[in-house]
Amino acid sequence: MKTKTIKVDYLARVEGEGGVYIKVRDNQVVDVKLKIFEPPRFFEALLRGRSFAEAHDITSRICGICPIAYQMSAVHAMEDAFGVQVDGQLRALRRLIYCGEWIESHTLHVYMLHAPDFLGYPDVIRMAKDHPAIVQRGLHLKKAGNAIVTLLGGREIHPVNVRVGGFYRAPSRDQLATLTEQLKAARDAAWETVRWTAAMPFPDFERDYTFVAIHHPDEYPFNRGRLVSNTGLDIGVNEYEVNFTEEHVAHSNALHSTLRQQRAYFVGPLARYALNFNQLSPLARQAAMEAGLERVCRNPFKSIIVRSVEILYACDEALRIIEQYQPPEKAAIDVPPREGTGYACTEAPRGILYHRYRLDKEGTILDAKIVPPTSQNQKTIEQDLGEFVPKFLNLPDNDLRWRCEQAVRNYDPCISCATHYLRLEMDRA
Amino acid sequence: MKPARKPKLAVWKFASCDGCQLSLLDCEDELLALAQKIDIANFMEASSAVVRGPYDLSLVEGSITTAHDAERIHQVRRWSKFLVTIGACATAGGIQALRNFKDVKEFVSIVYARPEYIETLNRSTPISDHVRVDFELRGCPINKQQLVEVISAFLNGRKPNTPPHSVCMECKQRGTICVMVAQGTPCLGPVTHAGCGAICPSYARGCYGCFGPMESPNTESLSRQWGEMGATQSDLLRVFRSFNAGAEPFRKESEAHED
Repeated sequence: MKTKTIKVDYLARVEGEGGVYIKVRDNQVVDVKLKIFEPPRFFEALLRGRSFAEAHDITSRICGICPIAYQMSAVHAMEDAFGVQVDGQLRALRRLIYCGEWIESHTLHVYMLHAPDFLGYPDVIRMAKDHPAIVQRGLHLKKAGNAIVTLLGGREIHPVNVRVGGFYRAPSRDQLATLTEQLKAARDAAWETVRWTAAMPFPDFERDYTFVAIHHPDEYPFNRGRLVSNTGLDIGVNEYEVNFTEEHVAHSNALHSTLRQQRAYFVGPLARYALNFNQLSPLARQAAMEAGLERVCRNPFKSIIVRSVEILYACDEALRIIEQYQPPEKAAIDVPPREGTGYACTEAPRGILYHRYRLDKEGTILDAKIVPPTSQNQKTIEQDLGEFVPKFLNLPDNDLRWRCEQAVRNYDPCISCATHYLRLEMDRA
Repeated sequence: MKPARKPKLAVWKFASCDGCQLSLLDCEDELLALAQKIDIANFMEASSAVVRGPYDLSLVEGSITTAHDAERIHQVRRWSKFLVTIGACATAGGIQALRNFKDVKEFVSIVYARPEYIETLNRSTPISDHVRVDFELRGCPINKQQLVEVISAFLNGRKPNTPPHSVCMECKQRGTICVMVAQGTPCLGPVTHAGCGAICPSYARGCYGCFGPMESPNTESLSRQWGEMGATQSDLLRVFRSFNAGAEPFRKESEAHED
């Protein structure tokens, strides 16, 4: 029997530390493991004894790429526990800051992490030498997302202005209006990004995924709605743990999530798009159709197009919010703590992010549970590799390794989030 | 004198959220210009092309929490002419240093069903506990203008200009009225290292100390002031025990408010 082993120390262009292990025997893939060796930081444990008012600032430190998602899930869970709901312009501002994070995070992935795969560059800096105008467009787009987060939150990474009940300070109409011209240019750049990504070469690869996302009848989902799937799931966020289970496997410092009977599922842009197409703005729907996307896209490599459609949506939605904005009377509503348990799920750029907190009557955290999107996608990523690798076994090891890395990067895995970098080991025999 | 070759920059990650290294990619206006001056030789989050060391400048993000990382940092030091830590994790142990005050085994059992799969050290420690560090850049996260300043300083053989005074000075510089005096909002600004630009007070919020302690902070006096404003012992314990809990002055002050 022929034996061959390939080892790569580190998967690049993902956020965090992990690796891939693939075992091949007689041209059959017999084992695939997405290994996550990001050192654990024990957030759920260290949150115990902290105040409800601190959870969003602490959990934002789980991930510097999507801090808003952590802040949003945490504050919504607290508000759920205390029986209050933030509405009106404060809620609109929360959608606006989330738009900023989607634009920033998606653009980072589309231009800096994912596009180099399709165009054959090791990174965006080298890509910029041949495609300076494209890279400049990406940088401007990213900057527009960061401008929203910075204006509303004080800084791009770990912004400071979000609190339970709303914000510390609400912007004036004039302040928000300073973003308008930049966002209009960004919306045009996003449309060009959809066209650019749609023309990339995609491998012919589709699977029948179970998509899970938040769904809201009137809006593309950020932070409110029910959890739905294309296989009949339709539950309130507080029923999450009844339907999803986490298991701890030896090769990963991130817990694997499954839906009912151990089924793998898919969260993130492809899932949101499939389950919420009608909630996209007319402009975003039009761009998707022009790009040749069906209403459901099952090719994970094409997630780069869907991500671009979502950037366009987020620019459009941000402009809508700014246009209709009237400053709220108060920057935050009063939120008196009470004993109870609060649940929230919001749409991080990479997919649903679940938080649950149990609190005492002073609002001190008794226990916490956090399920980030990348840990939910782990099993699906492994299954993709299991189906994808056999098609390319005739490739030289270096090419095959690159294909595998690309298959993982389709998910924009944020491994810091998943608690926890990628090492590819090919064990061939 | 201009070097004949481009200096080589490496970025390393230990236990962290990736936010501080992301600050480099967030330099949308400076990134391509920077890449013309320096060779980004090892930056796994951004590139799959790795140029072997030695490196002229290493930026290190994250704290040491595993036996493997405690070894790896020595290798990074050997490969690096200058080693600069970026952020609260690398400089003070980060939020994950909260374990230093507790039993880490119990922490593992809370998060993981199979604790035997998890390898971790009892304490989260800053890089300077393990190797010689040439400069420490503060912040959770770092400020990107300060990052550009530090890179530029090291590559030009000068000292970085990052004032060690308190956040109060930055409020004065930007003309923010003192939130503690004017609104009675408790603020850590008087004891916190400058660098963020005094963001929180400009958003009507008290500073929460994410840049860690300034040079010789009078934390005791500030605690007394907070107490007069109604803060309890447990409030004070928590405010000093957050993103820079492992920094000596904040650690000591938090311990003064333990039961």
